[in-house]
Amino acid sequence: MSVTAFLTDSTLCIGCKACEVACKEWNQLEADGLNFTGLSYDNTGAVGYGTWRHVKFVEHTSTFPGIGGNSPEAEPWVFSSDVCKHCEVAGCLEACPTGAIVRTEFGGVFVQPDVCNGCAYCVVACPFGVVQRNPKQGIAAKCTFCIDRQREDLPPACAKACPTESIKFGDINELKLAGQVRVEELKSRGMKDAQLYDAANTSVEGTHAMFIIRGDERQYNLPPDPVVPTEYLKVGWTSSAVAAGALLAGAIFAFMGAHR
Amino acid sequence: MSAQRDLPQQQSRATEARLLELRAEAATFGKVQAVGTRIPGAPFPVASPETGYYGVPLLKQPQWSWEIPLYFFVGGAAASAAVIAAVANWTGDDERLRRDGRLVAAAGSAISSVLLISDLGKHERFLNMLRVFKPQSPMSMGAWVLAVFGSMSGAVATAELLEQRFGWRIMRVLGNVVEPLSVAAALPFSNYTGVLIGATVVPVWNHNVRSLPVHFGMSGLNSGVGVLELAGHAGSTPLNTLGIGAAAWETWEGIEVELFRDPVVNEPLRHGVSGWVTRAGGLFSGPVPLGLRLASLFAPRPVARKLRKIAAVSSIVGSLCTRYGWMAAGKSSAKDWRLPLQRKKAPRKINRQQSIEQFPRKEGIVDDRERHAV
Repeated sequence: MSVTAFLTDSTLCIGCKACEVACKEWNQLEADGLNFTGLSYDNTGAVGYGTWRHVKFVEHTSTFPGIGGNSPEAEPWVFSSDVCKHCEVAGCLEACPTGAIVRTEFGGVFVQPDVCNGCAYCVVACPFGVVQRNPKQGIAAKCTFCIDRQREDLPPACAKACPTESIKFGDINELKLAGQVRVEELKSRGMKDAQLYDAANTSVEGTHAMFIIRGDERQYNLPPDPVVPTEYLKVGWTSSAVAAGALLAGAIFAFMGAHR
Repeated sequence: MSAQRDLPQQQSRATEARLLELRAEAATFGKVQAVGTRIPGAPFPVASPETGYYGVPLLKQPQWSWEIPLYFFVGGAAASAAVIAAVANWTGDDERLRRDGRLVAAAGSAISSVLLISDLGKHERFLNMLRVFKPQSPMSMGAWVLAVFGSMSGAVATAELLEQRFGWRIMRVLGNVVEPLSVAAALPFSNYTGVLIGATVVPVWNHNVRSLPVHFGMSGLNSGVGVLELAGHAGSTPLNTLGIGAAAWETWEGIEVELFRDPVVNEPLRHGVSGWVTRAGGLFSGPVPLGLRLASLFAPRPVARKLRKIAAVSSIVGSLCTRYGWMAAGKSSAKDWRLPLQRKKAPRKINRQQSIEQFPRKEGIVDDRERHAV
């Protein structure tokens, strides 16, 4: 099996949340409960330990009345199905002290539930705010990239359930190409603000979950410059060494000084 | 702002005449052009480059509970005590300080382990931390350093106690042989917690990654000195010297955070509950013990001891506040959606012409009729 990816095309998404339900049913995740956020039709909020697919309802005030979501002029309402990005350089994977988080043969990032001891360090290492410790089970949980299904040559549950092929699944290189072709097509139809979000030029060096979105990625809660926290290690450990040296030298100075 | 001035105007517009106007428009054109009004401050969340996704936090909050800041505190104090005991041993004659330092280090590392394990989601899997050695993970390095420090400081303290109890001279030699290993682990253990929280995605933590290890190391030294002073070493001159150094650094750290560092990223250190806890930590571990310790240099002996004991209590409280304050600041910072959505580099070559920027929202009430009339 090749290295795989998701391509989530928000210009095709109808906001039906079939992916959310399919993901929850296949992976046996608990319900989010009946919450009212008041944020468009999104009462889930964000991906988390119990929500591995999440449909965002990106609502703007209508600019032109009577014109729908995919008109060239405006995008008053966009739906976009969010998921773990499965970064090429994954902060959670780097941070995991038990080796529970691994890279699978399909290129995804997977938390082994039988190894994770719930230290919660991956939670503060994810620049996309995806992975979270499940307080009931005590272990970190996030999208598994349906590794169980992929091993049986089946597409992930969300991609299979998507009625509009908004969630595409397949070989990563083919999908990257398909994404670029789709963006060009959208642009030729007048949607000049279409873009492919794959964080390729950032420190995560690309993702296995790409998104075709319209407008600024920030309104989708997609960070323009996600930073893998290992980038801070050099500065941090240098400071740590300086502090350790200062402690030892200070102690020796203090005791030697007292002798004289 | 104009919002409040405009509000009556908007209400006056919804007159009987306006309703009839709408009716006429609908009757003539089959639909009405206006899409309503949008009042700033009204409960209509907006998704936009400026407000993110309705202001829903992008990052997840740290899920560590009360054990972890306490672990930072106990670990820092224990590691500093280990270093102090070792140097007291190497430089000579303060045998009581050596013994107490070794005992504090061993007890502290044991408590640290318990605290760390008690925060895990799966306590029984704590040994999984030692199934890999990952230099790129500060948590992994910390687990290894704690394992070495805990066992070595435990061995040193056991040797110390056996020598005292039974007078076995061999234990003295063994303790002195193992002590350098304990110190080698104690030195990184005293401040790695700064790297641990610094190398994360939480803005207020990674923004301060350069200063955090030194800050936490000095906070640990401050509390380590304090614990030893309260254990009956309020007369030790080297301890006072170390206490002055640590308190001076903590004072400087506080000044830097207040005056020189980015006020936006460091907002949680200066506002709200987390801000007041960190400030209290800075005050109790910086200027207060610094002043008391300096005063104790010139005071007569009994008064000096009293001053130093107050300084010790203040340092311990300050160090605790510092750890809890930084943890609270991290939780508050992770809730702030603005910082992780910042564009750090130059925009990539994607066309960023956005409909939202082509049609900027006016301040005050937006009457869409006016907009479309143009």
